[in-house]
Order: sequence, then C-alpha cells, then structure tokens
Amino acid sequence: MADLIAITMKINGEPVSATIEPRQTIADFLRSTMGLTGTHLGCEHGVCGACTIRLNDVTVRGCLTFAVQCDGMAVETIEGASESGRISDLQENFVSRNALQCGFCTPGMVLSADELLADNADPSREEIREHLSGNYCRCTGYQSIIDAIETTAKQRQERPGDE
Amino acid sequence: MNKILTQAFLDRPNSYVGRSVIRSNAKRLVQGRGTYVDDINLPRTVHLAFCRSPYAHAEIVSINKEEAETVPGVLRIVTMEDIKDYCTPWVGVLDHLKGLKSAPQWPLANGKVFWQGEPVAAVIATSRAIAEDAVDLIDVDFKELPAVTNMMTALEKETPVIHPELGDNLCFERDIESGDVKAAFEEADCIVEETLHFNRHTGVSLEPRSIICDYNPADEMLTLYMSVQCPHMSKNLFAKHLGLDENKVRVICKDVGGSFGIKLHTYSDEMTAGALSVMLGRPVKFVADRLESFTTDVHARDHELKARAAFSSNGDLLALKIDDVTGIGPYSVYPRTSGIEANQVLNLTGGPYRHKNYKANTKVVFQNKNVMCQYRGVGQPIAVAVAEHLIDEGARKLGMDPLGIRKKNFIPSDAYPYTAPSGAIYERQSHQQCLDKLVEMVDYEALRQEQIEMSGGPILRGIGFVSLVELTNPSPAFYGVGGAKIASQDGCTIRLDPTGGITCSTSVTEQGQGTETIIAQIAASAVGVNIGDVRIITGDTDVVPYGGGTWASRGAGIGGEAALQAGKELRKNILKVAGAILQADPGSLDIEKGLIVDFATRKERMPLSELGRIAYFRSDILPENIQPELIATKHFVSRSYPFAFTNAAHACHLEVDTDTGLVKILKYWVVEDCGTVINPQLVAEQTRGGVVQGIGPALYEECLYTDDGQLINGSMADYLLPMAAEMPDIIVGHVETPTETTELGAKGVGEAGTAGAPGTIMNAINDALHQRGAKVVHMPFTPDKILRALGKI
Amino acid sequence: MKSGSFEYARPDNLLAVFSLLDEFGDDAKILAGGQSLIPAMNMRMAAPEILIDVARVDALKGMEIIGDVLRIGAMSRHIDVMKSRDVCLRAPLISQAMPHIAHTTIRNRGTFGGSLCNADPAAELPACTVALNAKFNIQSSSGVRSLKAEEFFKGTYTTALEATEILVSVDVPIAGQGSLAYFDEIARRKGDYAMAGLAAHAEIQDGCFKSVRLAFFGVSEMPILAGAASRHLSETPLHQVKTSEVCEALSEDIEAFDDLATSAEAKRHMACILLARALTAFQSQERAHG
Repeated sequence: MADLIAITMKINGEPVSATIEPRQTIADFLRSTMGLTGTHLGCEHGVCGACTIRLNDVTVRGCLTFAVQCDGMAVETIEGASESGRISDLQENFVSRNALQCGFCTPGMVLSADELLADNADPSREEIREHLSGNYCRCTGYQSIIDAIETTAKQRQERPGDE
Repeated sequence: MNKILTQAFLDRPNSYVGRSVIRSNAKRLVQGRGTYVDDINLPRTVHLAFCRSPYAHAEIVSINKEEAETVPGVLRIVTMEDIKDYCTPWVGVLDHLKGLKSAPQWPLANGKVFWQGEPVAAVIATSRAIAEDAVDLIDVDFKELPAVTNMMTALEKETPVIHPELGDNLCFERDIESGDVKAAFEEADCIVEETLHFNRHTGVSLEPRSIICDYNPADEMLTLYMSVQCPHMSKNLFAKHLGLDENKVRVICKDVGGSFGIKLHTYSDEMTAGALSVMLGRPVKFVADRLESFTTDVHARDHELKARAAFSSNGDLLALKIDDVTGIGPYSVYPRTSGIEANQVLNLTGGPYRHKNYKANTKVVFQNKNVMCQYRGVGQPIAVAVAEHLIDEGARKLGMDPLGIRKKNFIPSDAYPYTAPSGAIYERQSHQQCLDKLVEMVDYEALRQEQIEMSGGPILRGIGFVSLVELTNPSPAFYGVGGAKIASQDGCTIRLDPTGGITCSTSVTEQGQGTETIIAQIAASAVGVNIGDVRIITGDTDVVPYGGGTWASRGAGIGGEAALQAGKELRKNILKVAGAILQADPGSLDIEKGLIVDFATRKERMPLSELGRIAYFRSDILPENIQPELIATKHFVSRSYPFAFTNAAHACHLEVDTDTGLVKILKYWVVEDCGTVINPQLVAEQTRGGVVQGIGPALYEECLYTDDGQLINGSMADYLLPMAAEMPDIIVGHVETPTETTELGAKGVGEAGTAGAPGTIMNAINDALHQRGAKVVHMPFTPDKILRALGKI
Repeated sequence: MKSGSFEYARPDNLLAVFSLLDEFGDDAKILAGGQSLIPAMNMRMAAPEILIDVARVDALKGMEIIGDVLRIGAMSRHIDVMKSRDVCLRAPLISQAMPHIAHTTIRNRGTFGGSLCNADPAAELPACTVALNAKFNIQSSSGVRSLKAEEFFKGTYTTALEATEILVSVDVPIAGQGSLAYFDEIARRKGDYAMAGLAAHAEIQDGCFKSVRLAFFGVSEMPILAGAASRHLSETPLHQVKTSEVCEALSEDIEAFDDLATSAEAKRHMACILLARALTAFQSQERAHG
C-alpha cells in the first residue's frame, strides 16, 4: 500500500486534518470521511458535473481532484454554500421554478450557477446555457434551470448592494 | 360534457387540482440534503466490484482468483459456483406474449458469457477501491466464440445460435393483420416506402444503479435500500430468487436520482449483492460505476423497420405495413420481457389515424450485446417516428401540406371510443384540437415564409410536426395477465393526525417527477386541508399500501385516483365525528383549509386540530355509539380500458447547416392532452424533460458496437448526451380530455415528450433537406450523415 | 471507477522534480491540472507508480513577456490564460481558442502545459502552438532543450518528451502589427473535442501573405500544418484567393482519420469549410485594419 499523506484543509470553514491514501478523490473524502453527501458521483471522469465543489473560491470537479491536492486549501460544498446563505435566492428560485426533479445534478448546477452570477451579473439566456453546458441533467431538459438562474440574476439587479 | 360532473368534487373550495404547487421535497434536494442509496452507511458494510467479461461470447475455461484473494481488505471472491445455493436463475417470459422464449439467466456467468460486461466474478472488500484492485488481479481464461451482432442475419442458418437449447435466435415474433392490406396497396394512388434505422441507446440516469442489501440472519430479514420505481415488485423478486419468505423482505426507496424505466428491471449484479448479503449476514453495497452502467444498464430501441404506406390521390391514408426487426441482448429481460418494446411498435404505429388496413410483423432476435428492455416511451418513439415520417412523405408526394394531410386522416372526434386496427382501444382523444392549438402557437405561416427566404443559402430551415398517441395507466393487461407479479393497482392510506394535518401513505413512487406533490394536492383537496399540512410517505414496502409503483406514466391516473377516493372516505369519516361533536347532520358540514365549516355558509365551526384532539384523546366526551375512524384506505385499478391512451402534437423549428452538417434547434412546441392536469408546472416540466430525452437519440445518442460485440463508446466522453447549450426552449400548451373511467380524470404524461421528439426532429430535418432533394432516416442524425445525404461527401 | 494505488510526491522546485523523474522514469506521471490524467486513472487506463504533483513548483508558473516572446509557464491554468491581458494582446489566437476548451470548471484546474503534453488529436492548444510557431522549453537533470511545436507533437497522446523530462514553459512569438489570427472548430456540442478545427495565423503585407500557418486539428493524429495550402496562399494575393483552389491544395495536406461518428471524408470536407471561413475572416480583418 502507498504511503499515507497527512493533510490539513478547511471544509466549509471548519479545519480538518486527516491522513489518507493519495488515491482518494476529494469527492470520496467528502462523502465517506466527512459525511457530506451532497456532492454526488455521476461519472467519475469529469464530464457530468454532479461532483462540482468549490476549491479556493473556484468550482472544480471533485472526482478529478485528489484530496491530497487540497492540502492547505479551502473546500466549499453545497452544504456549506447553503449554510452561508449566499445562494438562498438561487435555491428558492430553483424550487419555485421546479428547476430540479430527481435532484442528483442539482448541487453541481447550483454551484456552477453561483460562479456564473459572480462573474457575470446579467447573463443572457444563451450565456447561461453555455456556462451550464458542463453540467448534465437528464430530468429537466434544462429550460427551467435557465429560467431560475435568469430570474435570480434579474432579482439581484433590482436589489443593488444586497449580496 | 361529463367533465363538469366529474370535476365537481375537484372544483370545491380548497381544491389544489390544476394548481402549480411547488414540490416540498425539492427544498432538501437543492441544499444537497437528499438521501440517495450511496449516501446511506450501515455498520459493517462491505463493497462489491465485479470482474466482467471482456468478450461478447465466450466459454469460461478457468477462473484464477488466488492472487486477487491476497489483496488486504478483500473478504471473499465468488463465482456462480459459490452462490448457486443462494440464488436461482430467472427467465424473462410472460404468457400473453405467445411464443416468447428466453434462456435462464444467472446472477453470475455460468460456464459461458454472452455479452461484454456480463459479470463473471464478484469481489467483496472493505472498500470499492480495494475491490477494484482485486478485480484487476483475477485471471480468467476465456475461449472466445463467434459473436452474433447483426440482427438482420441473426436468424440465418449460418449464424451461430446463442442458446442452442432454444433452437434459434428468435426471442419473439408477432403478426397483426387488419382489413385488406393487399387490396389497399393495389388500389392506392400513392405508395411511400422507407427503411428506417433506429439507434440503440440507453437511459443514463445521473444516479447510477445502486443497492444496499442488508440481511440480518437473526430475524431472517432482508432489507434492501434501492433506487427503483417498483419497490413491491423488487421485494417479490428478491424473495423469490433468494429463497426468502416474501414477508421478511423489505424494500426502502428514499431519493432516487432518475430512473426513466432503467431501474425497473432485474440485474445480475444487484441480485448477486442480495445473495452475498444472505451468505455473509451483513450489509453489501453495490453502486454501478458509469462504465458498468453503459455496458449493463438496459439498452433500448435497436430496430430496423421496413415501412410502407398507401394513400389515395386526395391524401387518405389507406393502409400501413411495417416489418420490424429488433436486436436485443442474449436474454429477454426479467420480469417485463424484451418483447414489450416491439409489441408497442406494432400496437401504436399510426395511432392517430383512421386507416382500417394494417399489417405489421416484428421479429425480436437475440444478439451478443447488452440486454434491451423498457426505457421511457418504450416502443412509442419508434412507432411515432415511422408513421409520422410516412405521413410527411405522402404529403410531399401528393403535394399536400403536412398539417392538411394529418387533419384529413385523424380519427374523427365523434368516432370514440375507437378501436384501432392494431386492436388498441381509445376512449377519447383530441388530435384535431391539439394540432389546431399547436399551429396557433407556432405561427406557421411566418416560419414557412422565413424558410423560403433562406432556401438559397447554406443554412436551411426546417419545420417538423408529429401527432401521437401515448399509452398510460396500464391495467393488468400489460403484465399481470402474463403471469408477472407486477401490480397494476395502487393504494393510498390517509390519516388525520391529532394536530389537524394529514399523513398520506401511497404505493406510487417518486423519482423526481413530482409524484409526492400531486398525491399531496389530491389528498389535500379531497379532505379539505392546507397543502402545507400534508405529509407524504412513499417508497417503503413495510409502510405503504401494496401497489405497482410508478412506471408507464401511471402515478397520477392510478395512484392519484386512489388518493382521491381515500381522501373522500376520510372526509366522510371526519364529518361523522364532527357531526357527533357539533350535534349536526354530517351532510350540513364540510372541511375547508383545515376547519370544519358549515357547508352552505362556509362559516367556521371548529378546527380539525380540535376534532383530532377530542377524537384521539377525549373520546369520553363523544356519544357512546361513535368509534372515530380517522384513517381511510382506498385502492384503484383500471377496469374499463386496458390502457388510458393520451395524445399530443409536437412541432420543431430548426436549422441545418449544409456546410457543416450541424443541426441547430431553434424552438420546440408541444400541445399535450393528458386528461385532468393536477399540476400544470409539473406536467410541463415532464414534457420538457421528455422532449430533450427524445432529442438525444435523434441527434447524439447511440451505443456503438463493433462486429465482435465490443461497446466502443461506453463513457460520457464518447456517448453524447444533450447538454444545455444545444437545447431549445420548449413551449407547452395543454388540452384536457379527462378520462371518464375515474373521478380524477387524469391520464399519464411522463413519456409522451420522449415518444414524440425523435420523429419531430427527423421530420424537421427532412423538411429542411427536402429543399435540396435529400433525406435522412437513420438516427442519430450526425453531421456525417447529413453531409452524406446532401452529397457533400 | 476508483484509481489504483500510487505514491504521491509534491516537490516545490525543479531539481526535486528531476530527481524523481530520474528515479521513476516511465513509472512516474506529472500531475498538473489532472483534468486528463485523473479520468484516465479513475478508469485504470493509466496506472503510474508515482504522481509528481507540480502545483507548487514556481518555475512552472506565470506568464511574462521576454523580448519578442510571451513565455507561458506550463502550470498556467486555462482560466488564467483566458483572463490574461498579455495573451489577449500578444497572442490573440490563443485567446480565441480558450473558450472552446471544455467548460469553466475544467478550465479552473486544467493547465496550458498539461493540455500540450496530453496531445489529444482534437485539442485546441497544440494546434495553436503549431500555428504560432511556438517554442517548447523542456528541462531535465541533463539540462535544457527546446523544440518547435511541430517537432513536439508525434501522434495520438504522444509527444517528443522523454520520461525524465518536463515541459517548463512555451515561448509564443508576439503577434506583429500586421498579423491576423483565426480560430474556429466544428463540434456537435459546446466544449466537445472538435470534429475538425483550425488555428490559423497569418501576416499580411501589401495585400499578400507574408507568412501563413494553418494548423488543423481533430482531423488526424496530431495537428497538421497545411503546407500545400499555405504555399498556395503565399503565391496568391489575399483578395484574389479562390476557395476551391486552396481547398484542392489542402486535400494534399490532410490525411484524415475516422473517429467514432465522423468519417475521414467528413473531416476533410469540414477542414475546407474552416479554411474558407478563415480566408473570409482574413479578408475582412485586413480591410478593417487597412
């Protein structure tokens, strides 16, 4: 067996230390060791986006990042993002517009949408579609997701300085 | 007409029927706080990985697991020999599909392998990663055999017979003949012929197949945490094949990450997990990874059809003739069989039309590829695409407008109930109405004008239409009559709690479509409470009534009717107690928004919570002869019609780039009629998701096999799925033709989008290509195929 | 799909990297962004004994202008290359290519050097470096060497990099005043690897091609520098070029291959379409610049 590596990181603001196998992805570490099961595994080759998390303030694929690579970094999952309240308007719009059905893609979708809106406060529908084209959804056909994000952007525009 | 009477109960104050209530179960999902099978961790769980066949057809000479067994963390490695006392094989046949035959299928390969990906050995280890390490070290010696991979030659003498004991590679054959097809073609003024190919593709639910089997030897109880649509069916099958008392098997479904029919079937790896849990007496978890999903989740819709249509000179469709061949896998899948898809192709082709002459044949043949079985829409996407293509071709040949030829041939609105030439019986449909509404929404004249203006350039516009019938709400005619223990009835128990809210336990299930929400809407409406005071319980066979679950778009029509009737019954029971408390005739009272009210004046008499308090805790103050029964259960099964057929009309506006072969969908419209709409937003969203799932195989999705049976694009990098950037906005309109067989009047809607989209896309592309004398009939319509059709390459 | 076991090292300087590469050779793999390597490892198609995580090696980072080249460090993340003003002004062809690479989340981690060393036939950046006549700076314990882009790419997933070497940076000649860039690809979905793509760089003087480099990707095992088509263009004034003639010359250059859904014939056809578009773009860009 390979040498275990000692790592320290922040997960949703909490300091975490562990000694782990290098081969464990951060997605598996979050799910199995930390019990944070909101990050989902849909393909384990980086295509579907279900495992999207934030690492030092940018979204990354949890299945394409080994936990050891996150040493000294800050990880945010959907649970942490939810608790922060930062995305509560986005989440409310997802619910009211039914921008999720089975919910498996949703954490990844929401974090991707969050990143888009931080970069581009007034995206066109086409820009929203393009940005989300790395997140696979089989249930909704995407339109309701675009609607929910568009609504959130417009609401934020109407409430300057709120977020 | 009867809509007024049947809707009376649902039009009461407090009715949520017809309202876009939001899903309360969505709140936890959007925060990442759902519970999918892999999120569940039981103590002492062990994990499975499988050594799978790399060959499509081979004899297993030897299996050497010695080195693999030494990997630290590996508990056991088993082959079929090791589990033969724990699991019996299964055969996917049903009596009512006459002549359908299939060989017994084993949980692990039994001496031979029959498709690439078939499980050969199972490794049980303390983690999935370790189990996979051991799989790498298992050495299997195979003797490769010739693989049967061409369905068109599967029945020829020279082709090896996959299961010699069956005699040939024919799984099932069926003929339908109605009217005088021969004469119709002889008399026809216009004949259209086509050979269409439909591409094998698969469901790709984002949550893969997942199961935890937890056998407790102390009480001989097996608990299965599953991601499935029919928990009672799963309970029966696991009990049966693992030799357990069915009463000691419990299936629990929590959140299911998409299913679309894929998770309705019996899978060797899941059954193996069950057997191993019984063997080891501890929880065994198996989660299929994405590569395993592509090679072993059921595939669907691998067909080649020769189709002919006969028309009169003024556009009457006189006859349809189809010869279908479909290549499934080496087994008919259990328990629903792999003959149903072909059966539906035969039963539904030409559904909307009034032709009397119909001849159809299907041959379902075995191949050494992955198994095939029911997947959203089943045979309907093919039935629709075939007929609608022929209708369009007929229109082109006769110089008619595609809308005109359809309207001419629709079953007239006064002809219902109507028996189609295939034998399908339609209670009532609204083809004319849906198409009229669709044309208004589409602004057809403007689109045709734009098409003409652009016809000289490299970008061609196309407009495609489709009218369809869709099968929903099946009765026992679908499976039960064939001997399958698949319930076509469902039940609902509703209980008034002392707090004044209701708890509603239903046997239909949720995979994201909104089943829990519509049941809550119906229950709240029927009893008279606020929707926020309704709690829904579903998915646990120990708790819910015995029922069929959700499939074939039956949740609203069947589960909903049971909920309605249970709610009405509970309301009656509550009012009996209310009458006793208030010293009033129960008939003079009603329940509205959680309050007992005066029926006539709607004046509040007492809150339900007060009634609950008295009935549960202070029965001493009730009259002696009253035994409050604040719970009611009702079941429902379709008795009048074998199926509730719905209908819809689709349209698509797209562009074909004749330089690159790329197709860009500009917009899509659907007008659907699923009877009483309980939640318009959920119906529209099911339609949208279904349409995109049908656009997938039209443009992108295909399971590609080599001649020797290797799946060469079994990953999400190579199997292309519809993503957000390429999908259109989809406008959805509704027409409501309730079924009169239930008080609710609801039919199903989950699959119609998928049934209509492939044919609509094909028709739109061909409408564009026709301007250059080109045509495509082999899905998916890749740039390569379009360029070829245009003669560019 | 869990990766097999491996040792993990995270050196913070190049000497330590060389030492590990010398020790492990073919049994080692450099871990940069991991967006191509880790999927392969999860599928157990790649199973190195040791991963050398170079995320903390400063010598691999940064983008700077040195004389007449823009030096892009191998560890530069795609997202940073996309946002770089220097890249936008000095190597606009690369800026045009960046949005076509996968999706935002992948670009947040994937690296410039990683994409080049992975050498996927349908990747965007290899073709850009060929079109720009970039120079690849390679180091090992034996020293430093440089290769031209065309010399670096050998075939599908194959480069001239030895097992003991690491790509440190790429020198991209700074775009001159009269230079034109054109990038486009034909893909079925946004972010997909292309069925055919073109990274084109040209210098126009007095209405004629002073130099032109057409690097096609997605059509063959590695980027193809279309020599015959380029020669034809250098002999014809820009505004007199006939698409049919230059496409005929192109047919000598491109020996395409079939992939899963797109035949070689389709790829050749698409290459012509891209070339025609590039010429149209060059013509209108040239008119605009005067």
